[in-house]
Amino acid sequence: MRKVAVLARRELRAYFDSPVAYIVLVVFLLLSGWLVFSTLFLLGEADLRQLFTPGLLSPALLLVILAPAITMRLVAEERKSGSLELLCSLPVSDWQVVLGKFLGALGLATVALALTLAYPLTVTWLGPLDWGGVLAGYLGLLLFSAALLAIGLACSALTSNQIVAFIAAFGISAVLYFVYWLQFFLPEWLAPAADYLALSGHLDNLARGVIDLRDVTYYLTLTAGALLLSERALARQHA
Amino acid sequence: MATPASGPVLETRGLTKRFGGTLAVNGVSFQVQRGEILGFLGPNGAGKTTTLRMATGTLRPSAGEVRVAGLDVSAAPLETRRRIGYLPENAPLYDDMQVLDFLRLAAALREVPARGRRAAISAMVSRCGLAEVLGKDIRQLSKGYRQRVGLAQAMIHDPDLLILDEPTSGLDPNQIAEIRTLIRELGREKTVILSTHILPEVQATCDRIVIIADGRLVADDTPAALAARGSGPVVRLVVRAQAGPPPGLDELRARLSAVPGVAAVLPADGEGEGSLGMRVQAAQGADPRPGLFAAVVAAGLVLLDLHRESATLEDTFRRLTLGADESEGGRHA
Repeated sequence: MRKVAVLARRELRAYFDSPVAYIVLVVFLLLSGWLVFSTLFLLGEADLRQLFTPGLLSPALLLVILAPAITMRLVAEERKSGSLELLCSLPVSDWQVVLGKFLGALGLATVALALTLAYPLTVTWLGPLDWGGVLAGYLGLLLFSAALLAIGLACSALTSNQIVAFIAAFGISAVLYFVYWLQFFLPEWLAPAADYLALSGHLDNLARGVIDLRDVTYYLTLTAGALLLSERALARQHA
Repeated sequence: MATPASGPVLETRGLTKRFGGTLAVNGVSFQVQRGEILGFLGPNGAGKTTTLRMATGTLRPSAGEVRVAGLDVSAAPLETRRRIGYLPENAPLYDDMQVLDFLRLAAALREVPARGRRAAISAMVSRCGLAEVLGKDIRQLSKGYRQRVGLAQAMIHDPDLLILDEPTSGLDPNQIAEIRTLIRELGREKTVILSTHILPEVQATCDRIVIIADGRLVADDTPAALAARGSGPVVRLVVRAQAGPPPGLDELRARLSAVPGVAAVLPADGEGEGSLGMRVQAAQGADPRPGLFAAVVAAGLVLLDLHRESATLEDTFRRLTLGADESEGGRHA
């Protein structure tokens, strides 16, 4: 477990030693702030649910784009530079590598989400705020990010090309995100499956302030599945 | 690290690796004894790196087994990795990290106890001469420094066995000398496997040499014994055509090989344009010079040079590995 922490710290540090962390943070903060506060200025009402609700123009969609950008380098870069071989020769298991890299990326996403706490804090200063709903929303975004990052990690673990890793992860995430709104076009028997599999539907529930175990389980299962795939991809390296 | 004092540090038995249809490593068995510096030789593409990867546990063998200090690598991968310090070819390190941070990371992941980490790092810094570059990003380092950082991370946990894959490739002569000195110093107290295709390097540093070609082990002996091995004197000759383009290499080799008393014919440097050089290994006790002279004349060529030289490690290496890779070689010791 200590080695997982060491690896996670190294990944998080790598983000902040390069422009990646700053670009991700600035883009996420500016755009999500704009999305939230545009309603404040246009309609004169502050609706923080904007921050959490998935939509065609929402912070969640930003995460669908930014998460693959965060994760694309995790394994692909090391495979290309050859340092993966050195890493594999160290007394660390593939699981420790996968978890370390995942937690490093999740660390960056957590920082991005934590910085947006400035928005609810601003709103409390303007008027009363349902902190319970905000917490459920943040839990939703965190679980949502975890699933996206795990998918991105799996894609990065399967290739040595960062662009491929990015596009594959973005493609999968975007399909899982948008299928929620497209289920009306699907055959009737497929619609419930699409509804369940959609990344956005479960976030929608949490954004309403409802913490349903089914939604939490969905994200945790998806994350665990993608991490398992990453571990298998890394183990294939030894084959 | 505590290990049984007896028995080989590394032992491979019938080690085989198949990639799809090709056999990269084919039934390689050898041992490395404690305190030895083993030169691991072979042309590029012979399977050196693949064998080392299997030894370090980063690659699973298709057949055969590797034991590190008596432990089966595939059964106890983490335990055997603890006992090995590995520096892959070209020292692939984390370019974005500073040297000191990287050494800290290596120490933590290689399980140097937290209390001893500072001492272990400073020992490596003085040993590998890294004091001046501690605060630099690894990407800014010269190749020589990069290899030294690679050596430092490989030794930081005081491993039983140090495996270095082409540690001097891409370095300039001064850097090569530095790294070689460092490795020789290490070899006084450590067991080292040094993979290379540069022959003077092994002659200068190694106690024993294993040569592989085409995935197969072709020799396992001391440098001196290998140099003297199985061949009589060597005749060096240089020829050129009467006029026009240089004679065909393969045709000339065939003609010379047919001379009685010739064991092997290896291409060597010529003397400027239009000429062809050859090193001819004679069979034990034979002197093929008159026959060679006659063969050259019969081919209608001009003989520029014909003299005896003593056999070198390179002759043995090339005889054993030629056919595996014709383009390899060219250097003369």
